[in-house]
Amino acid sequence: MTGVISYLVFFLILALILSIAVLGLNLQWGFTGLFNAGVAGFIAVGAYVMAILTGPARDAVFGGFGLPFAVGLIGAMVAAGFAALLVGLVTLRLKGEYLAVATFGIAVTIQLVCLNWEYVTGGTLGLISIPNPARALADGPLAQNTLYLLIVVLVGSLAFWCFERIVQSPWGRMLKAIREDEEAAASLGKNPTRIRLESFVIGCMAMGLSGALYVGFIGYVSPSDFLPIVTFQIWTMLIVGGSANNRGAVLGAIIVWAVWTTSGFVISKLVPTEIQAQGGAMQAILIGLILVLMLLGRPRGLIGERISVSRHARF
Amino acid sequence: MVLQHIADGVLSGAVVALGAIGLSFTMKILRFANFSHSELLTWGAYFGLVFLGFTTAFGEFFGGNIGPFSFGWPLLAALVLSAVATSVLALVLHALVFEKLGRGAGHMTMVFASFGIALLLRHLVVLIWGPNPIYYSNELQFAILLPGNVRVLPDQVFLLGLTIVLVVCLHLFMKHSRTGIAMRGVSENPDLAGLSGVNVNNVVRWVWVIGASLAAVAGVLYGLTVQLRPELGFGLILPLFAAAILGGAGSLYGAVIGGLVVGLSENLSVMIIPTSYKPAVPFLLILIILYFRPDGLFGERR
Repeated sequence: MTGVISYLVFFLILALILSIAVLGLNLQWGFTGLFNAGVAGFIAVGAYVMAILTGPARDAVFGGFGLPFAVGLIGAMVAAGFAALLVGLVTLRLKGEYLAVATFGIAVTIQLVCLNWEYVTGGTLGLISIPNPARALADGPLAQNTLYLLIVVLVGSLAFWCFERIVQSPWGRMLKAIREDEEAAASLGKNPTRIRLESFVIGCMAMGLSGALYVGFIGYVSPSDFLPIVTFQIWTMLIVGGSANNRGAVLGAIIVWAVWTTSGFVISKLVPTEIQAQGGAMQAILIGLILVLMLLGRPRGLIGERISVSRHARF
Repeated sequence: MVLQHIADGVLSGAVVALGAIGLSFTMKILRFANFSHSELLTWGAYFGLVFLGFTTAFGEFFGGNIGPFSFGWPLLAALVLSAVATSVLALVLHALVFEKLGRGAGHMTMVFASFGIALLLRHLVVLIWGPNPIYYSNELQFAILLPGNVRVLPDQVFLLGLTIVLVVCLHLFMKHSRTGIAMRGVSENPDLAGLSGVNVNNVVRWVWVIGASLAAVAGVLYGLTVQLRPELGFGLILPLFAAAILGGAGSLYGAVIGGLVVGLSENLSVMIIPTSYKPAVPFLLILIILYFRPDGLFGERR
């Protein structure tokens, strides 16, 4: 029984951490219509900055400032936001598919930097022994993980609340206006390029936060954690849950992560260890199938966007 | 040293060009960025491997290798069969997914579905053929020494020759055949072409067949001169997009020149930046092009 509970806690920690990134993507794609194909890259920026800010000092590697957990989280968000600002200034003039190609390239480039800039990122080995704040406060793995889950729930709820406020605000309505008809929005005196950039930066900050929470929990960071498949998982979570609906984003994160971990567990039991690469491939194929079938059969997702009509409209 | 980099750049650029032609046509005529196009190269290369097994069994009486090349008639037969098989694969994907999505959903949904299909195709290769690199032949080849101390393998010369032949054939096809003219019409204006009696659905299928066949040839040639691995196509996504965007969507010669520019800049970049950052070069090219000439060098403004 404790086994089940501790696994459930572990599962929820990761699912909720990922759901924060899904919320960020939801703001970009669901509400603004920006195709960010480089999600993994921005999660990586947050993760590495967290590791550099809160990790212990190391020989021959930059960073290891040993700063508090909260400072790490904020630093990660700022760094991911700054990276998004740079990227956005160059690419957000591009719309639609060109943005997809450009952001895909950014993720590839960020991964290359993580692999090769050893002085900052530790190269292929990555950075290890990042302190987990729950370790210092509780005894035993279950208590520690439960405490970390509380932290994640707290931070996640805060993020959820912020995103709900954002999309219900006048600024949030403006996002939808731009998504639906950019020229009409511009004719009303809005500046679509600037608003797209703001939405892109805020969304990427959430991705950075998600990366930082991940590193704080796992305790190390390495380039192999941020392969393009992560981008893909986040996207599938959003599509399954339903884009342009923050509840859908969280629901999708939990469901897809459940499918991913369960299928991984089943495959590892059934597939002999010699062909483990094939087992991993089956998992990816499953996710790809879910995505394509969802797009074909229920493009709105499980709980899609609610149709909103202005209070002042009369029929 | 510079000459060697240029030679390598032209050779890898030829493969990129073959792949980029199909991608560029899809972007123009089917009107979406197909992220799964590069996986057709991977599948073409592995189909080639399967057919090579068959054709070698029958190929005994055709004699051994042709001239200085590392392969004989069986590989050429496998090349053609692989183009057919890859075209069938592309048509199946079109019928099952892209055609349905194209009718209802927005075109970003198609981009997105192509993401999913790329993932599916790539991991199916791992599932079927395993994750490790494979070679068509384990024979060693002796390089030809060209003036300027440039070394090239005979197979690479074949690669370049075949690319040129295919591009010229495609040019003639587009210029003179009824289907080619219809394709150009649809790429200009699908509604008008449809009204003039062009069967637009047929043209779309031709785009898939041409794109997939060229991708298969590119994949086999890549497998012949480098190696076969499941990430073959994945590593080419950015180079292919760079070449297609550089050339301007829908432009045949644009894609060829784009491919050469990408191949050359990748290979020449190692003189300035560390080799490990080479995969980022096509991305930088994409940024530069999109920033200064969003419609590509040869594309028309929409």
